[in-house]
Amino acid sequence: MSKSVVSAIRKDYLYKLAQDGKRMDDRKFDEYRKITIEPGVITHAEGSARVRLGKTEVCAGVKLELGEPYADSPNSGVLITNSELLPLASPDFERGPPRENAIELSRVVDRGIRESGMIDFEKLCIEPGEKVWKVFVDLYVLDHNGNLFDACALAGLAALCTAKIPFERFGLGKDVPLPLATSPPISCTHVKFNGALMADPSLDEELIADARLTIALDEKSHFRAIQKGEAGSFTLDEVKEITKMAQSNVEKIRNIFKKAVKR
Amino acid sequence: MEKIKLIDEKGKRIDGRGAKDLRPIKIKVHPLNRADGSCYIEWGTNKVIASVYGPKEAQPKHLQDPLRAIVRCNYDMASFSVDERKRPGPDRRSSEISKVIGEALENAVLTNLFPRTMIEVNIEVLEADAGTRCTGLTAAGIALADAGIPMRDIPAACAGGKVDGKIVVDLRKEEDQAGDADLPIAILPRTKEILLMQMDGDLSEKEFYELLDLLADACINISEMQKKALLDRYKQEEDVEEDKETEGKKTENKEIKKEEEE
Repeated sequence: MSKSVVSAIRKDYLYKLAQDGKRMDDRKFDEYRKITIEPGVITHAEGSARVRLGKTEVCAGVKLELGEPYADSPNSGVLITNSELLPLASPDFERGPPRENAIELSRVVDRGIRESGMIDFEKLCIEPGEKVWKVFVDLYVLDHNGNLFDACALAGLAALCTAKIPFERFGLGKDVPLPLATSPPISCTHVKFNGALMADPSLDEELIADARLTIALDEKSHFRAIQKGEAGSFTLDEVKEITKMAQSNVEKIRNIFKKAVKR
Repeated sequence: MEKIKLIDEKGKRIDGRGAKDLRPIKIKVHPLNRADGSCYIEWGTNKVIASVYGPKEAQPKHLQDPLRAIVRCNYDMASFSVDERKRPGPDRRSSEISKVIGEALENAVLTNLFPRTMIEVNIEVLEADAGTRCTGLTAAGIALADAGIPMRDIPAACAGGKVDGKIVVDLRKEEDQAGDADLPIAILPRTKEILLMQMDGDLSEKEFYELLDLLADACINISEMQKKALLDRYKQEEDVEEDKETEGKKTENKEIKKEEEE
Protein backbone atom coordinates (compact mmCIF):
# COMPACT_ATOMS: atom_id res chain seq x y z
CA MET A 1 0.00 0.00 0.00
CA SER A 2 1.42 3.36 -0.99
CA LYS A 3 1.10 6.14 1.52
CA SER A 4 0.14 9.73 0.79
CA VAL A 5 2.81 12.20 1.81
CA VAL A 6 2.30 15.76 2.95
CA SER A 7 4.76 18.09 1.27
CA ALA A 8 7.42 19.67 3.48
CA ILE A 9 6.11 23.15 2.70
CA ARG A 10 2.57 22.23 3.75
CA LYS A 11 3.85 20.53 6.88
CA ASP A 12 5.80 23.66 7.83
CA TYR A 13 2.70 25.74 7.17
CA LEU A 14 0.55 23.53 9.41
CA TYR A 15 3.21 23.70 12.15
CA LYS A 16 3.34 27.47 11.88
CA LEU A 17 -0.45 27.81 11.97
CA ALA A 18 -0.61 25.55 15.02
CA GLN A 19 1.92 27.75 16.83
CA ASP A 20 -0.49 30.66 16.31
CA GLY A 21 -3.39 28.52 17.55
CA LYS A 22 -4.85 28.11 14.07
CA ARG A 23 -5.80 25.27 11.73
CA MET A 24 -5.90 25.20 7.97
CA ASP A 25 -9.72 25.05 7.82
CA ASP A 26 -10.12 27.86 10.38
CA ARG A 27 -11.34 25.52 13.11
CA LYS A 28 -10.41 25.88 16.77
CA PHE A 29 -8.23 23.12 18.21
CA ASP A 30 -11.20 21.50 19.96
CA GLU A 31 -13.70 22.05 17.17
CA TYR A 32 -15.26 19.23 15.13
CA ARG A 33 -16.16 19.40 11.47
CA LYS A 34 -19.85 19.26 10.54
CA ILE A 35 -21.46 15.90 11.35
CA THR A 36 -24.44 14.57 9.42
CA ILE A 37 -26.01 11.21 10.21
CA GLU A 38 -28.50 9.73 7.78
CA PRO A 39 -29.99 6.48 9.13
CA GLY A 40 -31.95 3.86 7.18
CA VAL A 41 -30.35 4.45 3.77
CA ILE A 42 -30.16 0.77 2.72
CA THR A 43 -33.49 -1.05 2.67
CA HIS A 44 -31.90 -4.51 2.30
CA ALA A 45 -29.90 -4.03 5.50
CA GLU A 46 -31.40 -4.69 8.95
CA GLY A 47 -30.00 -1.32 9.98
CA SER A 48 -27.89 1.24 8.15
CA ALA A 49 -26.49 4.75 8.27
CA ARG A 50 -24.45 7.09 6.16
CA VAL A 51 -22.26 9.45 8.17
CA ARG A 52 -20.41 12.50 6.95
CA LEU A 53 -17.74 14.09 9.11
CA GLY A 54 -16.58 17.08 7.11
CA LYS A 55 -15.57 15.50 3.81
CA THR A 56 -15.10 12.04 5.30
CA GLU A 57 -17.93 9.67 4.48
CA VAL A 58 -18.78 6.20 5.79
CA CYS A 59 -21.70 3.88 5.08
CA ALA A 60 -22.46 1.26 7.73
CA GLY A 61 -24.84 -1.67 7.42
CA VAL A 62 -26.04 -4.21 9.96
CA LYS A 63 -27.00 -7.74 8.90
CA LEU A 64 -28.24 -10.52 11.18
CA GLU A 65 -27.85 -14.25 10.60
CA LEU A 66 -28.61 -17.34 12.64
CA GLY A 67 -25.58 -19.27 13.85
CA GLU A 68 -23.94 -21.15 16.68
CA PRO A 69 -22.77 -19.28 19.80
CA TYR A 70 -19.18 -19.44 21.04
CA ALA A 71 -18.56 -22.36 23.41
CA ASP A 72 -17.60 -20.04 26.30
CA SER A 73 -20.81 -17.98 26.03
CA PRO A 74 -23.61 -20.36 24.99
CA ASN A 75 -26.35 -17.90 26.00
CA SER A 76 -25.06 -14.89 24.09
CA GLY A 77 -25.46 -13.59 20.57
CA VAL A 78 -22.36 -12.84 18.53
CA LEU A 79 -21.04 -9.47 17.30
CA ILE A 80 -18.73 -9.24 14.29
CA THR A 81 -17.45 -5.82 13.24
CA ASN A 82 -15.62 -5.46 9.96
CA SER A 83 -14.37 -2.43 8.08
CA GLU A 84 -13.63 -2.12 4.38
CA LEU A 85 -11.23 0.61 3.27
CA LEU A 86 -12.64 0.76 -0.26
CA PRO A 87 -10.34 1.76 -3.12
CA LEU A 88 -13.06 4.37 -3.86
CA ALA A 89 -12.15 6.26 -0.73
CA SER A 90 -8.48 7.05 -1.20
CA PRO A 91 -5.67 6.49 -3.71
CA ASP A 92 -3.86 4.71 -0.86
CA PHE A 93 -6.47 1.97 -0.46
CA GLU A 94 -6.30 -1.19 -2.54
CA ARG A 95 -8.77 -4.01 -2.88
CA GLY A 96 -8.14 -7.26 -1.11
CA PRO A 97 -8.32 -8.60 2.42
CA PRO A 98 -8.25 -6.03 5.27
CA ARG A 99 -4.80 -5.01 6.42
CA GLU A 100 -3.41 -3.66 9.70
CA ASN A 101 -5.15 -0.27 9.52
CA ALA A 102 -8.55 -1.68 8.65
CA ILE A 103 -8.25 -4.31 11.37
CA GLU A 104 -7.28 -1.76 14.05
CA LEU A 105 -10.21 0.42 12.94
CA SER A 106 -12.77 -2.38 13.15
CA ARG A 107 -11.44 -3.61 16.48
CA VAL A 108 -11.64 -0.16 18.06
CA VAL A 109 -15.22 0.31 16.83
CA ASP A 110 -16.05 -3.25 17.92
CA ARG A 111 -14.76 -2.60 21.46
CA GLY A 112 -16.79 0.59 21.68
CA ILE A 113 -19.98 -1.35 20.91
CA ARG A 114 -19.19 -4.56 22.81
CA GLU A 115 -17.83 -3.20 26.07
CA SER A 116 -20.48 -0.51 26.39
CA GLY A 117 -23.06 -3.21 26.96
CA MET A 118 -25.40 -1.37 24.59
CA ILE A 119 -26.44 -4.61 22.91
CA ASP A 120 -28.26 -7.02 25.19
CA PHE A 121 -26.51 -10.16 23.93
CA GLU A 122 -28.52 -12.51 26.16
CA LYS A 123 -31.68 -11.47 24.35
CA LEU A 124 -30.10 -12.57 21.06
CA CYS A 125 -30.08 -16.20 22.17
CA ILE A 126 -32.73 -18.48 20.67
CA GLU A 127 -31.57 -21.91 21.90
CA PRO A 128 -28.69 -21.93 24.43
CA GLY A 129 -25.59 -23.50 22.94
CA GLU A 130 -27.35 -24.14 19.64
CA LYS A 131 -28.82 -21.13 17.91
CA VAL A 132 -28.18 -17.43 18.41
CA TRP A 133 -28.30 -14.28 16.30
CA LYS A 134 -24.98 -13.17 14.82
CA VAL A 135 -24.85 -9.41 14.38
CA PHE A 136 -22.59 -8.24 11.56
CA VAL A 137 -21.64 -4.56 11.53
CA ASP A 138 -19.94 -3.74 8.23
CA LEU A 139 -18.30 -0.34 7.85
CA TYR A 140 -17.69 0.81 4.27
CA VAL A 141 -15.40 3.84 4.00
CA LEU A 142 -16.45 5.80 0.90
CA ASP A 143 -14.35 8.95 1.21
CA HIS A 144 -11.27 9.26 3.43
CA ASN A 145 -10.53 12.82 4.52
CA GLY A 146 -9.31 12.12 8.03
CA ASN A 147 -10.65 10.73 11.32
CA LEU A 148 -12.13 7.44 10.17
CA PHE A 149 -12.30 6.27 13.80
CA ASP A 150 -15.03 8.72 14.83
CA ALA A 151 -16.91 8.54 11.52
CA CYS A 152 -16.95 4.72 11.59
CA ALA A 153 -17.93 4.58 15.26
CA LEU A 154 -20.86 6.94 14.68
CA ALA A 155 -21.96 5.08 11.53
CA GLY A 156 -21.80 1.71 13.26
CA LEU A 157 -23.73 2.95 16.30
CA ALA A 158 -26.37 4.70 14.19
CA ALA A 159 -26.85 1.57 12.07
CA LEU A 160 -27.27 -0.56 15.21
CA CYS A 161 -29.68 1.88 16.84
CA THR A 162 -31.97 1.68 13.82
CA ALA A 163 -31.60 -2.09 13.31
CA LYS A 164 -34.32 -4.73 13.59
CA ILE A 165 -34.12 -8.47 14.09
CA PRO A 166 -35.30 -10.02 10.79
CA PHE A 167 -37.62 -12.69 12.24
CA GLU A 168 -39.78 -12.40 9.13
CA ARG A 169 -37.01 -13.26 6.68
CA PHE A 170 -36.26 -16.44 8.63
CA GLY A 171 -39.95 -17.33 9.00
CA LEU A 172 -39.86 -16.90 12.79
CA GLY A 173 -42.54 -14.23 13.23
CA LYS A 174 -42.54 -10.47 13.16
CA ASP A 175 -39.48 -8.22 13.01
CA VAL A 176 -38.59 -6.48 16.30
CA PRO A 177 -36.10 -3.70 17.01
CA LEU A 178 -32.66 -4.88 18.13
CA PRO A 179 -32.70 -4.89 21.97
CA LEU A 180 -30.36 -2.15 23.13
CA ALA A 181 -29.67 -1.66 26.80
CA THR A 182 -27.93 1.67 27.22
CA SER A 183 -27.11 4.75 25.29
CA PRO A 184 -23.79 4.22 23.49
CA PRO A 185 -20.47 5.80 24.38
CA ILE A 186 -19.29 8.42 21.89
CA SER A 187 -15.70 8.33 20.71
CA CYS A 188 -13.51 11.37 20.11
CA THR A 189 -10.19 11.23 18.29
CA HIS A 190 -7.34 13.68 18.75
CA VAL A 191 -3.88 14.09 17.29
CA LYS A 192 -0.68 15.71 18.42
CA PHE A 193 1.92 17.24 16.16
CA ASN A 194 4.75 19.57 17.06
CA GLY A 195 3.35 19.77 20.59
CA ALA A 196 -0.14 20.98 19.55
CA LEU A 197 -3.24 18.93 20.41
CA MET A 198 -6.32 18.99 18.24
CA ALA A 199 -9.65 17.19 17.97
CA ASP A 200 -11.12 15.58 14.83
CA PRO A 201 -7.99 15.63 12.64
CA SER A 202 -8.32 16.41 8.94
CA LEU A 203 -6.41 14.18 6.53
CA ASP A 204 -3.30 16.38 6.47
CA GLU A 205 -3.29 16.72 10.25
CA GLU A 206 -3.62 12.96 10.58
CA LEU A 207 -0.80 12.29 8.11
CA ILE A 208 1.70 14.55 9.91
CA ALA A 209 0.57 13.51 13.42
CA ASP A 210 3.16 12.20 15.87
CA ALA A 211 0.52 10.50 17.99
CA ARG A 212 -3.21 9.85 18.03
CA LEU A 213 -5.60 9.27 20.93
CA THR A 214 -9.20 8.06 20.75
CA ILE A 215 -11.34 8.26 23.88
CA ALA A 216 -14.90 6.98 24.18
CA LEU A 217 -17.04 8.43 26.97
CA ASP A 218 -20.47 7.27 28.10
CA GLU A 219 -23.39 9.35 29.39
CA LYS A 220 -21.86 9.58 32.87
CA SER A 221 -18.63 10.79 31.26
CA HIS A 222 -16.91 7.54 32.27
CA PHE A 223 -14.11 6.25 30.06
CA ARG A 224 -15.36 3.23 28.07
CA ALA A 225 -12.66 2.72 25.44
CA ILE A 226 -9.25 4.19 24.66
CA GLN A 227 -6.85 3.65 21.79
CA LYS A 228 -3.52 5.37 21.37
CA GLY A 229 -1.94 5.19 17.92
CA GLU A 230 1.21 6.18 15.97
CA ALA A 231 4.79 6.28 17.25
CA GLY A 232 4.70 9.56 19.23
CA SER A 233 3.90 9.90 22.93
CA PHE A 234 1.64 11.88 25.27
CA THR A 235 2.46 13.35 28.67
CA LEU A 236 -0.06 12.96 31.50
CA ASP A 237 -0.97 16.65 31.18
CA GLU A 238 -1.64 16.21 27.48
CA VAL A 239 -3.95 13.28 28.20
CA LYS A 240 -5.81 15.48 30.72
CA GLU A 241 -6.16 18.25 28.17
CA ILE A 242 -7.48 15.81 25.57
CA THR A 243 -9.96 14.43 28.11
CA LYS A 244 -11.30 17.93 28.64
CA MET A 245 -11.69 18.47 24.90
CA ALA A 246 -13.43 15.11 24.58
CA GLN A 247 -15.84 15.86 27.44
CA SER A 248 -17.02 19.06 25.82
CA ASN A 249 -17.37 17.49 22.36
CA VAL A 250 -19.07 14.27 23.42
CA GLU A 251 -22.16 16.13 24.62
CA LYS A 252 -22.54 17.96 21.31
CA ILE A 253 -22.00 14.82 19.25
CA ARG A 254 -24.39 12.82 21.42
CA ASN A 255 -27.11 15.40 20.81
CA ILE A 256 -26.60 15.20 17.03
CA PHE A 257 -26.60 11.41 17.28
CA LYS A 258 -29.79 11.21 19.36
CA LYS A 259 -31.60 13.58 17.05
CA ALA A 260 -30.62 11.52 14.00
CA VAL A 261 -31.53 8.08 15.34
CA LYS A 262 -34.46 9.33 17.47
CA ARG A 263 -33.44 7.36 20.56
CA MET B 1 -44.11 -22.85 -4.96
CA GLU B 2 -46.77 -21.05 -6.95
CA LYS B 3 -45.38 -19.03 -9.81
CA ILE B 4 -46.12 -15.34 -9.39
CA LYS B 5 -47.63 -13.49 -12.29
CA LEU B 6 -45.14 -10.86 -13.36
CA ILE B 7 -47.18 -9.25 -16.14
CA ASP B 8 -50.94 -8.66 -15.87
CA GLU B 9 -53.64 -8.75 -18.57
CA LYS B 10 -53.05 -5.12 -19.48
CA GLY B 11 -49.34 -5.77 -20.04
CA LYS B 12 -48.34 -3.92 -16.87
CA ARG B 13 -45.44 -5.24 -14.79
CA ILE B 14 -45.57 -5.70 -10.99
CA ASP B 15 -44.39 -2.16 -10.38
CA GLY B 16 -46.83 -0.75 -12.95
CA ARG B 17 -44.24 -0.25 -15.69
CA GLY B 18 -44.80 -1.06 -19.35
CA ALA B 19 -42.39 -3.30 -21.27
CA LYS B 20 -40.13 -0.43 -22.39
CA ASP B 21 -40.21 1.66 -19.19
CA LEU B 22 -37.10 2.12 -17.07
CA ARG B 23 -37.16 2.33 -13.29
CA PRO B 24 -36.63 5.87 -11.94
CA ILE B 25 -32.98 6.97 -12.21
CA LYS B 26 -31.32 9.62 -10.03
CA ILE B 27 -27.74 10.66 -10.72
CA LYS B 28 -25.36 12.70 -8.58
CA VAL B 29 -22.06 13.70 -10.15
CA HIS B 30 -18.90 14.08 -8.04
CA PRO B 31 -20.22 13.04 -4.61
CA LEU B 32 -16.70 12.08 -3.40
CA ASN B 33 -13.78 14.36 -2.60
CA ARG B 34 -10.67 12.20 -2.77
CA ALA B 35 -11.38 10.56 -6.13
CA ASP B 36 -10.55 12.36 -9.40
CA GLY B 37 -14.05 11.64 -10.66
CA SER B 38 -17.10 10.04 -9.06
CA CYS B 39 -20.79 9.37 -9.49
CA TYR B 40 -23.61 8.16 -7.25
CA ILE B 41 -26.60 6.65 -8.94
CA GLU B 42 -29.94 5.39 -7.70
CA TRP B 43 -31.63 3.19 -10.27
CA GLY B 44 -34.85 1.79 -8.85
CA THR B 45 -33.67 0.32 -5.54
CA ASN B 46 -30.10 -0.08 -6.82
CA LYS B 47 -27.67 2.27 -5.13
CA VAL B 48 -24.22 2.37 -6.67
CA ILE B 49 -21.22 4.64 -6.24
CA ALA B 50 -18.37 4.76 -8.76
CA SER B 51 -15.01 6.49 -8.56
CA VAL B 52 -12.11 7.04 -10.95
CA TYR B 53 -8.43 7.57 -10.10
CA GLY B 54 -5.91 8.39 -12.78
CA PRO B 55 -4.35 8.32 -15.25
CA LYS B 56 -1.62 7.29 -12.78
CA GLU B 57 1.46 5.08 -12.80
CA ALA B 58 0.46 1.52 -13.72
CA GLN B 59 0.97 -0.84 -10.79
CA PRO B 60 2.09 -3.63 -10.84
CA LYS B 61 4.64 -2.52 -13.41
CA HIS B 62 4.40 -5.59 -15.66
CA LEU B 63 0.88 -4.47 -16.61
CA GLN B 64 2.22 -1.25 -18.19
CA ASP B 65 1.58 -0.85 -21.89
CA PRO B 66 4.18 1.38 -23.59
CA LEU B 67 1.61 2.49 -26.17
CA ARG B 68 -1.56 3.10 -24.17
CA ALA B 69 -3.26 3.37 -20.79
CA ILE B 70 -4.84 0.33 -19.20
CA VAL B 71 -8.24 0.51 -17.52
CA ARG B 72 -8.69 -1.55 -14.36
CA CYS B 73 -12.10 -1.99 -12.80
CA ASN B 74 -12.99 -3.15 -9.28
CA TYR B 75 -16.64 -4.08 -8.97
CA ASP B 76 -17.67 -4.91 -5.41
CA MET B 77 -20.90 -5.52 -3.56
CA ALA B 78 -21.34 -4.34 0.03
CA SER B 79 -22.12 -7.10 2.50
CA PHE B 80 -25.46 -5.48 3.32
CA SER B 81 -26.50 -4.80 -0.28
CA VAL B 82 -28.49 -8.04 -0.53
CA ASP B 83 -30.97 -9.89 1.71
CA GLU B 84 -28.56 -12.56 2.86
CA ARG B 85 -25.24 -11.05 3.99
CA LYS B 86 -22.53 -11.36 1.36
CA ARG B 87 -19.00 -12.07 2.57
CA PRO B 88 -17.05 -8.84 2.03
CA GLY B 89 -14.29 -8.79 -0.57
CA PRO B 90 -13.79 -10.08 -4.11
CA ASP B 91 -15.28 -13.38 -5.28
CA ARG B 92 -15.57 -15.17 -8.65
CA ARG B 93 -18.69 -13.27 -9.69
CA SER B 94 -17.32 -9.83 -8.87
CA SER B 95 -13.99 -10.65 -10.56
CA GLU B 96 -15.75 -11.59 -13.80
CA ILE B 97 -17.94 -8.48 -13.74
CA SER B 98 -14.89 -6.31 -13.02
CA LYS B 99 -13.18 -7.79 -16.06
CA VAL B 100 -16.03 -7.28 -18.55
CA ILE B 101 -16.82 -3.75 -17.31
CA GLY B 102 -13.13 -2.80 -17.40
CA GLU B 103 -12.87 -4.02 -20.98
CA ALA B 104 -16.02 -2.15 -22.00
CA LEU B 105 -14.74 1.11 -20.50
CA GLU B 106 -11.26 0.67 -22.00
CA ASN B 107 -12.90 0.66 -25.44
CA ALA B 108 -14.48 4.07 -24.83
CA VAL B 109 -11.38 5.75 -23.35
CA LEU B 110 -8.78 7.30 -25.69
CA THR B 111 -6.10 5.15 -24.10
CA ASN B 112 -3.41 6.04 -26.64
CA LEU B 113 -3.19 9.51 -25.06
CA PHE B 114 -1.76 8.15 -21.80
CA PRO B 115 0.90 5.51 -22.49
CA ARG B 116 2.25 3.46 -19.54
CA THR B 117 -0.50 4.64 -17.20
CA MET B 118 -3.44 3.07 -15.45
CA ILE B 119 -6.96 4.38 -15.01
CA GLU B 120 -8.59 2.83 -11.97
CA VAL B 121 -12.37 2.54 -11.84
CA ASN B 122 -14.02 1.43 -8.60
CA ILE B 123 -17.67 0.43 -8.45
CA GLU B 124 -19.31 -0.18 -5.08
CA VAL B 125 -22.83 -1.57 -4.96
CA LEU B 126 -24.39 -0.33 -1.72
CA GLU B 127 -27.80 -1.80 -2.47
CA ALA B 128 -28.64 -4.35 -5.14
CA ASP B 129 -31.92 -5.05 -6.92
CA ALA B 130 -30.97 -6.65 -10.29
CA GLY B 131 -29.04 -4.87 -13.02
CA THR B 132 -26.13 -3.75 -10.84
CA ARG B 133 -23.47 -4.28 -13.52
CA CYS B 134 -25.38 -1.96 -15.88
CA THR B 135 -25.99 0.55 -13.10
CA GLY B 136 -22.30 0.36 -12.21
CA LEU B 137 -21.12 0.76 -15.79
CA THR B 138 -23.45 3.73 -16.37
CA ALA B 139 -22.09 5.35 -13.18
CA ALA B 140 -18.49 4.55 -14.17
CA GLY B 141 -19.01 6.29 -17.53
CA ILE B 142 -20.08 9.45 -15.74
CA ALA B 143 -17.23 9.18 -13.22
CA LEU B 144 -14.72 8.91 -16.11
CA ALA B 145 -16.17 12.04 -17.71
CA ASP B 146 -16.12 13.78 -14.32
CA ALA B 147 -12.43 12.88 -13.97
CA GLY B 148 -11.79 14.58 -17.31
CA ILE B 149 -10.70 11.38 -19.07
CA PRO B 150 -11.06 11.80 -22.86
CA MET B 151 -13.47 9.27 -24.36
CA ARG B 152 -15.04 8.58 -27.73
CA ASP B 153 -18.40 8.85 -25.97
CA ILE B 154 -19.82 8.12 -22.52
CA PRO B 155 -20.85 4.46 -22.41
CA ALA B 156 -24.36 3.65 -21.19
CA ALA B 157 -25.74 0.29 -20.14
CA CYS B 158 -29.08 -1.41 -19.59
CA ALA B 159 -30.31 -4.96 -19.13
CA GLY B 160 -33.44 -6.58 -20.47
CA GLY B 161 -34.99 -10.01 -20.69
CA LYS B 162 -38.00 -12.18 -21.13
CA VAL B 163 -40.66 -12.34 -18.45
CA ASP B 164 -43.85 -14.41 -18.73
CA GLY B 165 -42.97 -14.89 -22.41
CA LYS B 166 -42.76 -11.11 -23.06
CA ILE B 167 -39.73 -9.00 -23.93
CA VAL B 168 -39.11 -6.25 -21.34
CA VAL B 169 -36.28 -3.87 -20.49
CA ASP B 170 -34.69 -3.14 -17.10
CA LEU B 171 -35.57 -6.19 -15.03
CA ARG B 172 -36.14 -5.82 -11.31
CA LYS B 173 -35.18 -8.56 -8.87
CA GLU B 174 -38.43 -10.55 -9.01
CA GLU B 175 -38.36 -10.49 -12.81
CA ASP B 176 -34.68 -11.44 -12.94
CA GLN B 177 -35.17 -14.41 -10.62
CA ALA B 178 -38.39 -15.77 -12.12
CA GLY B 179 -37.80 -14.60 -15.72
CA ASP B 180 -36.77 -16.67 -18.71
CA ALA B 181 -33.81 -14.63 -19.93
CA ASP B 182 -31.46 -11.82 -18.91
CA LEU B 183 -29.41 -9.77 -21.39
CA PRO B 184 -27.25 -6.91 -20.10
CA ILE B 185 -25.60 -4.73 -22.73
CA ALA B 186 -23.52 -1.56 -22.81
CA ILE B 187 -23.21 0.60 -25.89
CA LEU B 188 -21.44 3.69 -27.07
CA PRO B 189 -24.53 5.82 -27.79
CA ARG B 190 -22.99 7.86 -30.63
CA THR B 191 -22.02 4.87 -32.79
CA LYS B 192 -24.22 2.22 -31.13
CA GLU B 193 -21.22 -0.10 -30.91
CA ILE B 194 -21.76 -2.84 -28.35
CA LEU B 195 -19.13 -2.79 -25.59
CA LEU B 196 -20.57 -5.34 -23.22
CA MET B 197 -23.00 -8.17 -23.86
CA GLN B 198 -23.81 -11.14 -21.71
CA MET B 199 -26.83 -13.37 -21.69
CA ASP B 200 -28.35 -16.33 -19.95
CA GLY B 201 -31.73 -17.97 -20.40
CA ASP B 202 -33.68 -18.74 -23.53
CA LEU B 203 -34.44 -16.29 -26.38
CA SER B 204 -35.45 -17.01 -29.98
CA GLU B 205 -33.54 -15.20 -32.73
CA LYS B 206 -36.51 -12.87 -33.27
CA GLU B 207 -36.83 -12.14 -29.55
CA PHE B 208 -33.09 -11.53 -29.25
CA TYR B 209 -33.03 -8.86 -31.98
CA GLU B 210 -36.27 -7.30 -30.72
CA LEU B 211 -34.77 -7.00 -27.24
CA LEU B 212 -31.48 -5.62 -28.59
CA ASP B 213 -33.40 -2.87 -30.38
CA LEU B 214 -35.32 -1.96 -27.23
CA LEU B 215 -32.12 -1.96 -25.18
CA ALA B 216 -30.33 0.31 -27.65
CA ASP B 217 -33.20 2.81 -27.31
CA ALA B 218 -33.09 2.50 -23.52
CA CYS B 219 -29.33 3.14 -23.54
CA ILE B 220 -29.85 6.29 -25.62
CA ASN B 221 -32.36 7.50 -23.01
CA ILE B 222 -29.89 6.75 -20.24
CA SER B 223 -27.18 8.54 -22.18
CA GLU B 224 -29.32 11.70 -22.22
CA MET B 225 -29.71 11.45 -18.42
CA GLN B 226 -25.94 11.02 -18.06
CA LYS B 227 -25.23 14.12 -20.12
CA LYS B 228 -27.83 16.17 -18.28
CA ALA B 229 -26.40 15.17 -14.89
CA LEU B 230 -22.89 16.17 -16.00
CA LEU B 231 -24.04 19.50 -17.41
CA ASP B 232 -26.02 20.26 -14.23
CA ARG B 233 -22.97 19.51 -12.12
CA TYR B 234 -20.79 21.93 -14.05
CA LYS B 235 -23.49 24.55 -13.89
CA GLN B 236 -23.37 24.20 -10.10
CA GLU B 237 -19.58 24.29 -10.23
CA GLU B 238 -19.68 27.67 -11.94
CA ASP B 239 -21.96 29.04 -9.21
CA VAL B 240 -19.69 27.69 -6.49
CA GLU B 241 -16.59 29.12 -8.15
CA GLU B 242 -18.23 32.52 -8.28
CA ASP B 243 -19.10 32.31 -4.57
CA LYS B 244 -15.54 31.32 -3.75
CA GLU B 245 -14.15 34.25 -5.68
CA THR B 246 -16.25 36.77 -3.83
CA GLU B 247 -15.49 35.06 -0.51
CA GLY B 248 -11.79 35.12 -1.28
CA LYS B 249 -11.99 38.85 -1.90
CA LYS B 250 -13.78 39.38 1.41
CA THR B 251 -11.09 37.61 3.42
CA GLU B 252 -8.40 39.42 1.49
CA ASN B 253 -10.03 42.72 2.43
CA LYS B 254 -10.23 41.65 6.05
CA GLU B 255 -6.55 40.76 6.11
CA ILE B 256 -5.61 44.08 4.57
CA LYS B 257 -7.69 45.89 7.18
CA LYS B 258 -6.00 43.92 9.96
CA GLU B 259 -2.58 44.83 8.64
CA GLU B 260 -3.59 48.47 8.47
CA GLU B 261 -4.79 48.38 12.06
CA GLU B 262 -1.50 46.89 13.19
